[in-house]
Amino acid sequence: MGKGLKSPWLLHYDGSSCNGCDIEVLACLTPVYDAERLGVMNTGDPLQADILVITGGVNAQNEATVKQLYEQMADPKVVVAIGVCACTGGVFKECYNIKGGVDTTIPVDVYVPGCAARPQAIIDGILKGIEIYNQRAEALERELEGGIA
Amino acid sequence: MIRIILTICYILLAPLIGGLLDGLDRKISAKMQRRVGPPLLQPFYDVSKLLTKRETAVTKSQNFLLISYMVLMILTGAMFFSGTDILMCFFVMSTAATFLYFAGVVTSSPYASIGAQRELLSMMIYEPAVLFACVGFYLATGSFNVADIARSSDSAIMYLPGFFIAFVFILTIKMRKSPFDLATSHHPNQEIVKGITSDIGTKNLAIFTVTEWYENVFLMAVVSLFVVNKNPISIVVALVVVLLVYFLEILIDNASARVKWQTMLKTTWVVTLFTAGVNLIILMIIK
Repeated sequence: MGKGLKSPWLLHYDGSSCNGCDIEVLACLTPVYDAERLGVMNTGDPLQADILVITGGVNAQNEATVKQLYEQMADPKVVVAIGVCACTGGVFKECYNIKGGVDTTIPVDVYVPGCAARPQAIIDGILKGIEIYNQRAEALERELEGGIA
Repeated sequence: MIRIILTICYILLAPLIGGLLDGLDRKISAKMQRRVGPPLLQPFYDVSKLLTKRETAVTKSQNFLLISYMVLMILTGAMFFSGTDILMCFFVMSTAATFLYFAGVVTSSPYASIGAQRELLSMMIYEPAVLFACVGFYLATGSFNVADIARSSDSAIMYLPGFFIAFVFILTIKMRKSPFDLATSHHPNQEIVKGITSDIGTKNLAIFTVTEWYENVFLMAVVSLFVVNKNPISIVVALVVVLLVYFLEILIDNASARVKWQTMLKTTWVVTLFTAGVNLIILMIIK
């Protein structure tokens, strides 16, 4: 991996998922997949998180919460949508209370489809998210240097 | 001269040693759970990442309070290694902990406030054992000065086994280990989000983490003070004792669940007052 993000801390939020993807997200941290070997930690605190992992679509009630969680995270930050519901709304898309995928509310960087998404795919998605994080971290570094000079 | 060298070594090397101990902790915990676990240097990766993020602070005063917490904690350890009064070291440490409490309550977050209340409670719970340890050192060696205690003819633990048990017991509270990690937990599954550190992020969290490393090294140095005497070989024995105590803390952390503060108060006071108290009475009779 070399230089770059070696300690991605996740914030896991369940939009309106059926809990299938959430179980798979938690499975990533169990001894079988052990995402912590990549430095991944599942923190519950938006102020300390780097990657926002969302499962399920966004509905009328939690739209404000999703926005607030995203805004509370410090730059650089990345959003990973896990499962087909988070990507597009999935089978719930036509429901009266569902807005659609997560990208209807906040910008999404990585889409991990699947119903439910497999742990391998989730870990792969988080690694893709780390690449995007590294690009943003470099951009931020340049911006801050420019600010001082 | 040696005191100045030791003090400088503490200020420069404690974050390094504390970080490595933290990494070892996470690695051993992972092995206990049959996982591969993060690399040994993971805590350093975490802190360096936190320092490169865009700064956020919920309130400006938080920066000042956390810096004060850090400076006072470094002062505690520096005073200890320069061989001054051990009572004074613990008083300065309590002041540092008070700044952490304020850093928790200045934000309006209910989670941070509850965590801060619990931090205050745990201070009240462990303080008797700490004072007992200081009194014990005085009765065993005739001095409160760290330099004199470390140069005594016998190891203090020969006279103070009960005080030692009491001190190791409260280490679980001080090191924020399960079952006594009420204020904030190193594990991401707490009922009050991140407790006292809920509203601490980016650079401030890095300061908090490094301060914890300083604190852990200081606490381990106090553990070693129970063993060290004027014989240089005792330093090696003390290192082994420190590693054993640290392993014991990791084992307890992984084998127990968080308790309510009432249970923490009862068990801690019963255990520490009993072991240290009985030891104290025996010590006063024989000395």
